[in-house]
Amino acid sequence: MHTGLSVMIFAFSLVAGFLGALLGLGGGIIIIPALTLALGVPIHEAIGASIVSVIATSSGAAIAYVRDKITNIRIGMFLETATTLGAITGAFIAGLISTKLLSIIFALLLLYSASAMFKKRHSELPTGVKEHPLAERLHLSSEYYDKALKENVEYKVSGIYPGYGVMYGAGVISGLLGIGSGVFKVLGMDVFMKLPMKVSTATSNFMIGVTAAASAGVYFSRGDINPLVAGPVALGVLVGARVGTKIMERLNNQTLRLIFIPILIYIALEMLLKG
Amino acid sequence: MSKETNSKELDAELFISSSLRVGVYLSAVVIAIGLILLFVTGRSGYQTDQFPTTVGEVLSGTIYLKPSAITSLGLLLLIATPVFRVAASVLLFLFEKDYLYTVITLIVLCILIISFMLGKAV
Repeated sequence: MHTGLSVMIFAFSLVAGFLGALLGLGGGIIIIPALTLALGVPIHEAIGASIVSVIATSSGAAIAYVRDKITNIRIGMFLETATTLGAITGAFIAGLISTKLLSIIFALLLLYSASAMFKKRHSELPTGVKEHPLAERLHLSSEYYDKALKENVEYKVSGIYPGYGVMYGAGVISGLLGIGSGVFKVLGMDVFMKLPMKVSTATSNFMIGVTAAASAGVYFSRGDINPLVAGPVALGVLVGARVGTKIMERLNNQTLRLIFIPILIYIALEMLLKG
Repeated sequence: MSKETNSKELDAELFISSSLRVGVYLSAVVIAIGLILLFVTGRSGYQTDQFPTTVGEVLSGTIYLKPSAITSLGLLLLIATPVFRVAASVLLFLFEKDYLYTVITLIVLCILIISFMLGKAV
């Protein structure tokens, strides 16, 4: 059959899994255009495959990040209450609210965050963070061993309320638009909760799989998850994500942020265009 | 005190990492078997552009070793992995007598189940 096509899908998915594991995103920004524009896959099957890609990136990367304690599982579990609730809200208000207006609002929020991130491009680790009392009660502050700095990094968590709000918004937007849930999760943790960049991307990675799994059932029963497309995507992404985790753990937080900013601007512009 | 919590956290992380590994490797192997069968036999087991879209169809197709059904079974296992991870975490926190996080993860699990049911209704 179309062995050549499967190999191409696998190759694109390797890249998507690699970048997704690095930056805490699902890889949809690569998978969807690659499948539709380069390989001529119908858009609904491309979206179905990108949902599978999100779950594969998340679970594949989390094996390493959780074991190495870069993922903060308590922060992840706590914030998942907001993202999953947001995703349900998104499904409910779909049709009631103009997605155009929402796209523009969120695109502007992304551009604002890009500038906030750019301002702290020279800071390797957050300093002078005041721990939020709720963070203390929930045991959110933690530590990890940084393989790039070769030292144990202790960090405190602040901005719980705005962070929780952004996560809820990330859930709503992914429920409504099906894109950008990873970006907002990374931003919420980096900009508002003041976590080290690596902890933000790894914890985002941990969470996106759960949000995507919540909607995957719908896509499956609708016939959007074509095994001939989503199968090679899943395998490619899993391999790419495993490689991505090995590289990410050895990168500086600054480097990671510098890779993240252009992708952020790209997604913001794409959302603006949609609006 | 701090030493005790440290060793407990290490257990939690290893446990969750392992539960994810089981799901990921199992689904990857099943997906790979389905795709290899497809390439070797040259047929998917279904008509062109057709594939199973319910759990029942996937399972019955798998029994007949239809390549597309096997690949879809692997994809379903992959989709179930994050849910399995949340369910495993509920038990883990309960086992550790960390009731605050037992409740938090239980809330996530409930929302997930509700969203699955909503998805069916839509």
